[in-house]
Amino acid sequence: MILELISIILGGMTIGSALMVILSKHPIRSVLYLVITFFFISGHFILMNAQFIAIVNIIVYAGAIMVLFLFVLMLLNLNKVDEKKTNHPISFTAVIAGGALLLVILAALKDGITFTNTIVKSDVGLVENLGTLLFSKYVVPFEISSILFISAMVGAVLLAKREKQHID
Amino acid sequence: MDTALLIEKFSLVVIVFLISLGVAAYSTYFERKLAAWIQDRIGPDRAGPFGLLQPIADGVKMFMKEDFIPKNSDKWLFIIGPGISMFTALITSTIIPWGPPIEIFGRQIELQIADFNIGILFIFGVVSIGVYGIMIGGWASNNKYSLFGAIRASSQMISYELAMGISLITIILLTGSLSLTDIVKSQHGMNWNIFYQPVCFLIFFICSLAETNRAPFDLAECESELVGGYHTEYSSMKLGLFLFAEYVSMFISSALMAILFFGGYNFPGMDYFDGNTLAILGVLAFFTKTFLFIFVFMWIRWTIPRFRFDQLMHLGWKTLIPAAIINMLITAIVIAFHKGWF
Repeated sequence: MILELISIILGGMTIGSALMVILSKHPIRSVLYLVITFFFISGHFILMNAQFIAIVNIIVYAGAIMVLFLFVLMLLNLNKVDEKKTNHPISFTAVIAGGALLLVILAALKDGITFTNTIVKSDVGLVENLGTLLFSKYVVPFEISSILFISAMVGAVLLAKREKQHID
Repeated sequence: MDTALLIEKFSLVVIVFLISLGVAAYSTYFERKLAAWIQDRIGPDRAGPFGLLQPIADGVKMFMKEDFIPKNSDKWLFIIGPGISMFTALITSTIIPWGPPIEIFGRQIELQIADFNIGILFIFGVVSIGVYGIMIGGWASNNKYSLFGAIRASSQMISYELAMGISLITIILLTGSLSLTDIVKSQHGMNWNIFYQPVCFLIFFICSLAETNRAPFDLAECESELVGGYHTEYSSMKLGLFLFAEYVSMFISSALMAILFFGGYNFPGMDYFDGNTLAILGVLAFFTKTFLFIFVFMWIRWTIPRFRFDQLMHLGWKTLIPAAIINMLITAIVIAFHKGWF
């Protein structure tokens, strides 16, 4: 009962902070709201007893990717003066396109969504079970994705190295 | 919910909170005394006997100062910044096992607030969000020196987080568990991890210095270049919280080093005791180790000069990370060989 209440409140807060990401005017505030959203999502994972996924979500998204976002935005130093005037026809088209996308996704997921209580006590999200699954059933996709990551890293280093900078 | 458990955990939280703050407060006094001793001075000796009331005097002074918020700053973020710093410094104390279970009123009480089965990953998580306090505070001040300090701090923390994480994998491999309780229990008596993983300890120690922004890694508040670094615009207790968070995180990372490498509450000859005697001796042993590390932290600060920024990045990316990876590979191979996988 208490868990259900917590999950409903948490869900509301997640959606609220996610809305604030797109509603807030300032880009840095948007990023900070996104970080908060990730924390709430981790809260949902903990409610589902998936502690490993919850903490990895925080480490990777809130701790690494969002820090880089903030980094770039702070260096860009966007001011309200520099902001371009909102182009009304473009925003109108964007709304239509986004709405159409939402409709397609909803239609696709229509049968998949069941509005029952999602709090299930399962141990899938614990480290041992997840590790066993990753290294037995899903070992091929796991290895392929790691190769993908390494090639992306090598590519990034190569791109950064290509132009030699001469600093006197 | 068990009411007794609730009371027990709540009182434990309050005690741990007070101890963390108390140790941090007296670390400031101890640091000044130590600096004075190293530099052949006397140090604070006016407030109370031997200057023992100095931390309280400092605290009162901090509260009495004018609380100033710069005109063009982002007000809310400016206020939140020091709060996040303090929060991330304190939150790690929840997973630290302070001692063996103690028995009060016939109840077995674990001296640990929460035993996650992902304890070490929790530390990584907290370390990785620790950079937000400095970053938000530095950016919201709307001052170029603050911004420089914040950017330096965050790039430094991101770089050293990697080496720290990779070095800790060896400890996980040795213990076979992510839980801090299991890691401490596996180091029973004198069977400490430091004897198996000296290289790992060295890497972790250097990274802790960098993560707590202590000298020689305190480029974020490098006075000679950046005025005051990320807290240039801060005053009153907000500045106090930033400075205090450094001492709290120093205490917590000393405690972590004691747990991960020096056996936590384990001490040689612990099998001769049991019950509450063991618990009290264990807690004493744990705090002795922790205070030794705090001493080493301060000793280093007053001995070694600050790094240059490129030296810092070279050390992080070109020395520590390769060393950590090689150490991890060797450990993994030895363990696999030991288990007969070849």
